[in-house]
Amino acid sequence: MAGDGTVQLIDEKGKRLDGRNFDELRPISIKIGVLENADGSAEIRMGKNIIIAAVYGPRELHPKHRTLPDRALIQCFYRMSTFSVNDRKSPAPSRREKEISMVISNALTSVVFTEKYPRTTIDVYLQVLQADGGTRCASLTAASVALADAGIPMRGLIASVAGGLVNDKVVLDLYDIEDQKGSGDLPVGYCPVLDEISLVQLDGVFTLEQFEECLKLSIKGATEIYDIQKKALQDKYAAIRAEVSVDVKETEKKVKPKEEPKAEVKEKPKEPVKVAPKPEIKAKPKEEPKAEVKEEPKPEVKDKEEVK
Amino acid sequence: MGDFVISEIEKHHIKSLLEQKKRIDGREFNQAREVKLELNLVQKAEGSAIVNLGGSKLIVGIKAQLGTPFPDTPNTGVITTSAELSPLASPYFESGPPSEKAIELARVTDRAIRESHCLDLSKLCIIPKKSVWILFIDFYILNHDGNLFDAAVIGAVAALATTKIPKVKILEADEVEILEEVEPLKIDHYPISVTSYKIGENNIIDANLKEERVSEARVTVGFDEEDRIVSLQKGAAGVYKTDELISIVKESLNVSKTLRKELMKAIS
Repeated sequence: MAGDGTVQLIDEKGKRLDGRNFDELRPISIKIGVLENADGSAEIRMGKNIIIAAVYGPRELHPKHRTLPDRALIQCFYRMSTFSVNDRKSPAPSRREKEISMVISNALTSVVFTEKYPRTTIDVYLQVLQADGGTRCASLTAASVALADAGIPMRGLIASVAGGLVNDKVVLDLYDIEDQKGSGDLPVGYCPVLDEISLVQLDGVFTLEQFEECLKLSIKGATEIYDIQKKALQDKYAAIRAEVSVDVKETEKKVKPKEEPKAEVKEKPKEPVKVAPKPEIKAKPKEEPKAEVKEEPKPEVKDKEEVK
Repeated sequence: MGDFVISEIEKHHIKSLLEQKKRIDGREFNQAREVKLELNLVQKAEGSAIVNLGGSKLIVGIKAQLGTPFPDTPNTGVITTSAELSPLASPYFESGPPSEKAIELARVTDRAIRESHCLDLSKLCIIPKKSVWILFIDFYILNHDGNLFDAAVIGAVAALATTKIPKVKILEADEVEILEEVEPLKIDHYPISVTSYKIGENNIIDANLKEERVSEARVTVGFDEEDRIVSLQKGAAGVYKTDELISIVKESLNVSKTLRKELMKAIS
């Protein structure tokens, strides 16, 4: 925080330079499954931030001596593209990038059932295409849904956002200029389902009261982001569901065995497995929409039919 | 890099003692280890300090060098920190490029120094855009017995407090001449960091190596002398509840006052 508080970032009406209220998030969109090759992937846009997350694994870890005998290692690689910031960033990974990679992988480790995959690695690649402040939080948010997309069993999703101080006021979700000119930054990663803080850092100058207020505001923001994450996952599987139900209808038309529709329905549930062929899906916690697709195939197919 | 191995029976011992509100070395939960400082050991450095926090020992050296400022901050000097987890400090440290642990240690310490505005960096500017002082704050760990973070901040502030940088003369054509005469660096704020370690449901201040090894998470909080929070870092994969975190910060604030007293006593 290089800011000395001299730059006016909030007007008299409490509006910030980009027109937001103090407790307002930037517009967020999350897309799931944006990369073909990855086992799971997601793209997040949060304000002007554009970040892609890809998950590979669980897979064999090299060098072998780094493997953990009783659980999976989660490795994160947070990287900024050279063109993502105003002055070209050197392509070599900086100390900042290494630290951020570490705190993100710590946070993710707290929610993943790593003990299910001993001796493996789960690699999470985070590429910042455009940076506009708060990239570590947006990256963690994206990484968490990309893990879900890869069918990795998790205790819950982590949503992340930074609170901060600008002109001595507590605000949510700092963007570039507030990050640079503001007087404090408090990134928080929070799992709403478990009520657990899994990432927290701070720089700047906070009083105890401001810290407490800012922490709670960040948690409130993260809870809002969690709803967007859930929605994104649900949207992806709703699309798959729609595809599946079209298949069901077509097969029904062809065969037309009115007396035995159940047999058809029974065969169909294999479809979602083809689309997302991860055996891990079975083990996923119930709040994940993906688990619903797999666990209760029959009622879902019925639902689709009703919709149609 | 391997990691310090602790037997199951000792792990259990540490945990069951904590249930009785006791620690293996007899300290209270909120009691930091003793701080010992040795100042100005290295004459070739502009400032230096050896700090002992219990069994953890490290040396901090400050070197000053003229250089050009960053384009986005043409009027301010530069501070840069690095930490080396030297193999002489622990059988589990290896030589080679800085590990994640070393990077985290350097960056968390840097944050406490920088964000507390410990130094007025604008005073390190000689000719805007052209010439500023670059201060290198370098840590070498000599003995690792847990919680290097708090030792590093105390060591850095102590070393900075002893630092004397040469006076300079600006010649024509923006040339800078370094003079023989030196002047002490002015310290505006005295940051202290306090690290709490979480073991089960207990949070203890300033863990030693064994406690650190058993812990699931840690929080390092930096405070200035006006009791404001200037830095914070959660480490390891464990998690915290909101109220838990807030009460840790409050407890850490109290401990920071004790540690600062020891620091001030040593440097005055």
